[in-house]
Amino acid sequence: MLSDYAPLAIYAVIVLAVVGLMLTLSFVLAPVKRYRSKLLPYESGIVPTDPARKRMSVRFYLTAMLFIIFDVEAVFFYPWAVILHQLRWYGVIEMFVFMLILLVALAHIWRKGGLEWE
Amino acid sequence: MIRLDTPDPFGIYSNPVGHWFVVVIAMLLLAFVLITATAYVVFFERIALGWMQRRPGPNRVGPGGFLQLAADGVKGLFKEGFAPVGVDRVLFVVAPGIAVASVLLGWAVIPVGIWGSITYWISDLNIGILLVLAVSSMNVYAIMLGGWASNNKYSLLGGMRAAAQLISYEMAMGLSLVPVFLIVGSLRLQDIVGFTVHWGPYSGPIPLLLLAPVSFLIYLVAAVAETNRAPFDLPEAEQELIGGFLTEYSGFRFFMFYLAEYLGVLTQSTLIALLFFGGWYLPLIPGAIALFIKVVLLVFIFIWLRGTLPRLRYDMLMRLGWKALLPLGIANVLVTSILVVLLS
Repeated sequence: MLSDYAPLAIYAVIVLAVVGLMLTLSFVLAPVKRYRSKLLPYESGIVPTDPARKRMSVRFYLTAMLFIIFDVEAVFFYPWAVILHQLRWYGVIEMFVFMLILLVALAHIWRKGGLEWE
Repeated sequence: MIRLDTPDPFGIYSNPVGHWFVVVIAMLLLAFVLITATAYVVFFERIALGWMQRRPGPNRVGPGGFLQLAADGVKGLFKEGFAPVGVDRVLFVVAPGIAVASVLLGWAVIPVGIWGSITYWISDLNIGILLVLAVSSMNVYAIMLGGWASNNKYSLLGGMRAAAQLISYEMAMGLSLVPVFLIVGSLRLQDIVGFTVHWGPYSGPIPLLLLAPVSFLIYLVAAVAETNRAPFDLPEAEQELIGGFLTEYSGFRFFMFYLAEYLGVLTQSTLIALLFFGGWYLPLIPGAIALFIKVVLLVFIFIWLRGTLPRLRYDMLMRLGWKALLPLGIANVLVTSILVVLLS
């Protein structure tokens, strides 16, 4: 029922208001005293020479891609888990076939070293 | 929505405007209680860590140091929160807001047992815990954006680490809950707490820990990792990354990230209590007190882990997430599904 979401919407507005209040209060109450060396990015006392936003290791992107594969799989599990009482063996076998494909993928990634961080 | 067993107290429900007024008051009260309780989680942690390290912990402000956190909060509000040069100003300010909002929003579907059969929850959604998982994973954006917006090498490294860690353990967390849904057949937390068994002479609610112990273990590890707590606090990692994504944060925005972290501890402890320990059911003890005891014990476990275990190395962390928890989670789902169908 969509009307179940009405309290959630009201609560979301309240949460945003609370968070907004926190952020505004810190702007209003806090003193401001700025000078050049305070505003430098912190790099253990050394003046930074080059921009901080550099290229990152490709491992992070790989992890993000693997996450999408396996998290979408977890999303498929949820509706299946709720109605397994009705699906019974049919549901179990279906899910085993689905899992088998994913496990082959996982084994392949594992063997190729996609999960190594050393 | 408030659900009371007493039929229409004070004629509130029959009056539509009055109903919504009460609902909004209750929501504000919940937000207030949560933020205050978070302060006391911090206090509890500092006292407990003090005892573990054979020192007194905070004991100066108020009786037994009880007002320490109020003093810290007021101090935080009056501290300058400056943004260094080169910072993406909008994202830098928005990020701590996302962190706090993402944890507070999860409480929309978390039911709190109050007394006897009286229970309070904001929104009775049939997707239940799916909403908690969805909004609490928004936390990745807060840390990632905070780290990227800071224009600092440590922040960016911490942010990237945090993103990879959070998404890796989110998967394990999502998988670990599937057996619970298989057993209960519902995503609503009220149904999960109220799950009853009929075993011979015993008939009544049961902690799901007994039926899904592997799920509990995976969930506990994933919950510690998701809240960035030691031994999984690599995004901060003071010794190697100064403070990770927090390096450039100061003033109340820094406090907000901490508020989000401890709110996360409180949320995860409550969820574990509801999912695996039977929520507000405890023989002879009223609902609110039973839930409170369970949540406090679980918060203590979080603190205990921090006081005992050294931080993991990054490759160990990823190995644990991908090579241990993920296959274990999948095996857990498959075995439980067979057992559920066999025994039903």
